[in-house]
Amino acid sequence: MSNVPAAARQEAATPIVIVGHVDHGKSTLIGRLLHDTDNLPEGRVAQIVESSKKRGLKVEWSFLLDSLQIERDQGVTVDSTRIPFHLGDRQFVIVDAPGHRQFLRNMITGAADAEAAVLVVDAAEGAQEQTRRHAMLLRLIGIRHVIVLMNKVDLLEYDQARVAETERAVAALLKQLEIEVSLFVPASAREGDNIASRSPHMGWYQGPTLTEALALVPAPSGRADLPLRLPVQDVYRFDSKRVVVGRIERGRVKVGDSLVIGTHGTVARVASIESWHTAPQISAVAGQSVAITLEPDVIPDRGDLLHQPGEAPVRAARIRSRLFWLRQEPLRVGESFRLRLGTAEHQVTVASIDSVVRLDDLTEHAADHVPPEGFAEITLAASESILFDPFAPGTTDGRGVLVDRHQRIVGGAPLIGPAAIASGTKAIHPTGSTVSLWDRAQARGHRGGVFWMTGLPGAGKSTIARAAESRLFAQGIDVSVLDGDTLRAGLCADLGFSEEDRTENVRRAATVARILAETGQVVLVALISPRAADRDLARRIVGDDFQEIFVDADQAVCEARDPKGLYAAARAGRISGFTGIDAPYEAPANPDLRLATGQDSVQDVAGRLASHITGAVVLGDQSRQRS
Amino acid sequence: MDDLDQLEAQSIYILREAYRNLKPLAMLWSLGKDSNVMLWLARKAFLGRVPFPVMHVDTGKKFPEMYRFRDEYVRKWGLDLLLGDCPPVEEIDPTLPPAARSAARKTAGLATMIEKYSLEGVIAGIRRDEQATRAKERVFSPRGSSHKWDVRNQPPEFWDQYATPHEEGVHIRVHPLLSWREIDIWRYIEREGIPLVDLYFSKNGLRYRSLGDQDITSPIESNASTVAEVIAELQTTRTSERAGRAMDHESEDAFERLRVAGYL
Repeated sequence: MSNVPAAARQEAATPIVIVGHVDHGKSTLIGRLLHDTDNLPEGRVAQIVESSKKRGLKVEWSFLLDSLQIERDQGVTVDSTRIPFHLGDRQFVIVDAPGHRQFLRNMITGAADAEAAVLVVDAAEGAQEQTRRHAMLLRLIGIRHVIVLMNKVDLLEYDQARVAETERAVAALLKQLEIEVSLFVPASAREGDNIASRSPHMGWYQGPTLTEALALVPAPSGRADLPLRLPVQDVYRFDSKRVVVGRIERGRVKVGDSLVIGTHGTVARVASIESWHTAPQISAVAGQSVAITLEPDVIPDRGDLLHQPGEAPVRAARIRSRLFWLRQEPLRVGESFRLRLGTAEHQVTVASIDSVVRLDDLTEHAADHVPPEGFAEITLAASESILFDPFAPGTTDGRGVLVDRHQRIVGGAPLIGPAAIASGTKAIHPTGSTVSLWDRAQARGHRGGVFWMTGLPGAGKSTIARAAESRLFAQGIDVSVLDGDTLRAGLCADLGFSEEDRTENVRRAATVARILAETGQVVLVALISPRAADRDLARRIVGDDFQEIFVDADQAVCEARDPKGLYAAARAGRISGFTGIDAPYEAPANPDLRLATGQDSVQDVAGRLASHITGAVVLGDQSRQRS
Repeated sequence: MDDLDQLEAQSIYILREAYRNLKPLAMLWSLGKDSNVMLWLARKAFLGRVPFPVMHVDTGKKFPEMYRFRDEYVRKWGLDLLLGDCPPVEEIDPTLPPAARSAARKTAGLATMIEKYSLEGVIAGIRRDEQATRAKERVFSPRGSSHKWDVRNQPPEFWDQYATPHEEGVHIRVHPLLSWREIDIWRYIEREGIPLVDLYFSKNGLRYRSLGDQDITSPIESNASTVAEVIAELQTTRTSERAGRAMDHESEDAFERLRVAGYL
């Protein structure tokens, strides 16, 4: 127990993340560590013993962590968790990160702020896929102190030679990642060897036990001596005073300092540091959340970086960045995101994927996409100059997250530095809206979306689309129709009916539809689009808001209708490559909606389509009230 | 900065993010020690003000001392108080064990208030060290339209980048005290002089360590009658904080079931 008197000043806890391949013994290690260092509350041990007994097991230390029912039943830890822990007077927070592959996002959630890591490796099995993946992540998030715990040495009968063999292989792997290992500790978490007490079975090992090694981890070092970085979080107007608030990420600020404000470069003086229920403040340091007033009373924006004159960060609109990718679909060049960097938000487009890490051997290779849970280096093109500091371990800025149109975090991006515009690359910097899809949906009462209507010529696509458009418009929905003939008269006038041209036609239609849907419109696309591959392309371009509608009519019916006389012309050989006659139509296997147009009236079918669409896009009452 | 300064700075940052990004926003005030600390931190963040309403979801079964405390500090601190009722226990899932069923009334009352005020953000004072299930929480925790906590499908949260509302019916639970431990709360109460209802202090050898409804909360044996004595006691105790909360202990997964359904 700590003997520190209540009022004593304490250092902040040091976060330590425990990572490693599934079944290499992370949870067991944590349970053992807490028990052997007297950090368990009363009742917890009895609870574990009882839980273990219920399941017919001997004492399972990992049950301490797997405290959620679902985990115990499946035997995997599903989410990271934080456990306060002390060694003597020193406070730590243990972050437990899951080894299960698809839970990388939970692992990063726990590990991102750790000061040190314990990488648990089964001494018999050596490094496995997740060992490499986690090591890669430790490198990307810049963890400076890595202790490798060579676990389960009891299963090797404490044999020095066999432990050393695995250790050499792991050391080589980590060296490749430029990770400097502080220490290798041979141990058995299950038996308690070299965890909190020295093992009686390994006379050959003279180094520190795990707890001794943890005690040697330096406390988080100060960022206070670096040049000032104060990102504006918000601006309040209380009474007659305008107050600028934010957290100091680096350096210190004093009343009277001159500060440069963001990219516009206005200079103002710090007139006061405001606070409530503290002694009057005249200075503040990195880590503090402050409130300041400025003289003259300029109004910065959220995201503006305040710094001292002559100590400006890097400024660039093309940035090279490392990336860990969290989305389940691969990342491709040309995709756009919001880059959230501290309190700032910028529109960025992936200009190039410069290399992707191959996880089998951790080498870097050229690739055209970043796979789910992959690691890469990419170049981002922003729509405006960004002020930033390249990420360095031990700092809290210079690392951003990529956010998709649905406000989901899809990647972590520690920034490397400005990127040169290489000759031959397209120096495009698409601009993006600051109005989110959700903002738009709330204002209109409905979401945007693309309803892609495919079917044979004469199936009734355009007719139904126009009838549904009228109905939806009457219900207050912002709706438009893109139909094949209209597109081919203008935007796609240069295209014919070859396979390549049809694909290009689909690509253009989908791109326009996406742009409209992003402004919040409901877009009905009426296009034969006979090939399933082309429709898949459209789905990829549009993304989540895409629905495939199959306008289904027998070819005989379509040919009998022949509203434009095209079947007749094709039969007569006057046009060639006509879908259904001498070009194939691949009907959708699993459309989101199938509309049979053989028997019902146009109005009935259009009504079905319109109610399907309103069901998909219209918001409920609760959300509308908020707008 | 010492550890309390650091916790305070982080909580202020979180509260300011919530105030900036979630509208309308309200703070839950259960009248217990944690929510008093949270209210205090809000006044730190907003320079003496609380620029959003505080909500008390009233089970009607709190201790009389707690109602008196509430009315006193609403006046003293100029709080905008929103009161909500809870449905009678007969309307609650009868398959829950009795104490959990009683606690679930609060979940239902909270859901009604979130809908009534169309809240996009609800600030709550839960901590990771209170209960193993809470250890898995995010600082900004999105709740779907039925207010369910989808523990297996939580968004990533790192580098202080928090979830924002992204679709219909989603509101965000904001947890500014998630990283605080029980002893941090008490040391901060001591340092700042934060007022508390006196049920936390020993009378006739008993005090409450955690405060809930009268019928499902029990006191512990203790002679700690000042904040300093409580801190000294916590430094040697080996029992868990919520040992006196009946609904946590009825079955192995009782508390998790409560939380998945929207309990705090």
